[in-house]
Amino acid sequence: MSYTPSPAALARIERTLALYPEKLAAILPVLHAVQADAGFISHEAEAWVAARLAVEPVRVREVLSFYTMFRRAPGGRATLRVCRNITCTLAGAGDILDLIKDKLGIGPGETTPDGAITLVTAECLGHCDHAPCLQVNGVDHGPVTRETVAALIEELKAHG
Amino acid sequence: MVENEVRLLPDDDGSWRIEAYLRRNGYQGARKALTTMSPESVVAEVCKAVIRGRGGAGFPAGVKWGFVPKGAAGPKYLCVNADEGEPGTFKDRLVLLRAPHALLEGMLIAAYAVGLRTAYVYVRAEYAGLAARLDEAIAEARAAGFLGERVFGTGFGLEVVVHLGAGAYICGEETALLESLEGRRGQPRLKPPFPAAVGLFRSPTVINNVETLAAIPQILAHGADWFLGRGLPRDGGTRLFGVSGAVRRPGVYELPVGTPLRTLIEVHAGGPPEGRSIKAVIPGGLSAPVLLPDELDISLDVDSLAKAGSMLGSAGVVVIPDGTPMLDVLHVTARFYAHESCGKCTPCRIGTSWIFKTVERLRRDGGGPADLDHVLRLADGIRGRTLCPFGEGAALPVRALILKFRGELEQAVAR
Repeated sequence: MSYTPSPAALARIERTLALYPEKLAAILPVLHAVQADAGFISHEAEAWVAARLAVEPVRVREVLSFYTMFRRAPGGRATLRVCRNITCTLAGAGDILDLIKDKLGIGPGETTPDGAITLVTAECLGHCDHAPCLQVNGVDHGPVTRETVAALIEELKAHG
Repeated sequence: MVENEVRLLPDDDGSWRIEAYLRRNGYQGARKALTTMSPESVVAEVCKAVIRGRGGAGFPAGVKWGFVPKGAAGPKYLCVNADEGEPGTFKDRLVLLRAPHALLEGMLIAAYAVGLRTAYVYVRAEYAGLAARLDEAIAEARAAGFLGERVFGTGFGLEVVVHLGAGAYICGEETALLESLEGRRGQPRLKPPFPAAVGLFRSPTVINNVETLAAIPQILAHGADWFLGRGLPRDGGTRLFGVSGAVRRPGVYELPVGTPLRTLIEVHAGGPPEGRSIKAVIPGGLSAPVLLPDELDISLDVDSLAKAGSMLGSAGVVVIPDGTPMLDVLHVTARFYAHESCGKCTPCRIGTSWIFKTVERLRRDGGGPADLDHVLRLADGIRGRTLCPFGEGAALPVRALILKFRGELEQAVAR
């Protein structure tokens, strides 16, 4: 199975490529576009990106495996990103994470069997004045409590 | 606060659009620079203001601009470091949220001063929503004639590209940022050559922090003397101090450089909640060694914090309350640096990982004073043996936690 971006994704990728004097410089935005398009970056998509940027596939792989926000396997419809750094830990992030693991029955890096939610931990999200905080699909929530997190999870399970 | 006082950050999130910025005399600093001053005199003015980098290193921005070779053939670049990742830091987020045009105006001034026409803003992926806002602000500025060709009717022009990172703390290190922007792993480069000579796409490059650039328009609009007078003679202006942790009013406070740390915590942030007290304070992001409650009568400026064995860093102040197990703080710290070490330099890659493994073991199985000494030796093994400041940033807070809370840690790990 080869990868072909949707017309919208392809248009976004071509616009992106025009912004840089060297094609490889566009790799992060191109990978973001592919991930937004396909949900994750498959081996076939890696090969497509390598060909489009005219680099060896290993150049794509080494970038992909370095950064934490790229997904190399299918994930859930929603991604829950829970901060575990200093201010959030002081504010009870450990408890919040335990509650989420318990409610979802999965650990960080895993996806619920129904494909609704992927759970990941994050280092500082830069929302320390709203600790403890987390992101749902990139949108900030905080300060969260056991109650608000429980409600959030129910909502994601139902509509996510 | 005085009425009409010049402030970088407006109070509300709704004032970020160009109309509101223009009402606050926005783009006047850039207009003055581009239409009435030579690039050299702009650099001189910024040097005179002694604005020290707000990203962490504290290097004077004007001096940095002056390092770019004059009249060299080929392109030059401006890279804006919006990869705010230092734990406990959230000030650049507020600049992007409330004052994106102050950043763009500062970039315009920097570009004119250095003689470059292309700028990249490297925004951490966790701030994708703010990157989208910045794109909107860029569109507004372009429509108003403040970006693109022939700005203010002069021959000068600037193109700005917003570039999203993908989750890596190390990309806040300036040469790692360049590597990342060129499409590779974010692993720091050997210096020299410094980016001012050989930077992005092998061209002379200026890299400045978001807050640093956003403060530049004030210098041009009101003069270097005015700016310098707001802070200290060796460290000018006001800064955005973030306070989080055990305080009543966590948030970002715009205050003169030189404000006492205790005043920031007790007066502005309201001090610890009822019935709580301060056990320790991280003064400048997680990489800054902790201070004890009797060390808080210190002036918040780059040199004073360095003299006290810590650093002002990104001015992200984290207040740790009484009752916090310092073994937990050590654990979070060790885990973070082990997770974020880019792996290029062996002492850092192996050292951060062994520090974390040792702290994990101490937490799980207990241990003795020799184990804490072992962690200290590992930390000392990293210092001075890495290409970039990440190594010091990983080693120093670990050292300080052990040296300052040795008794508590020994008790905590004893079985």
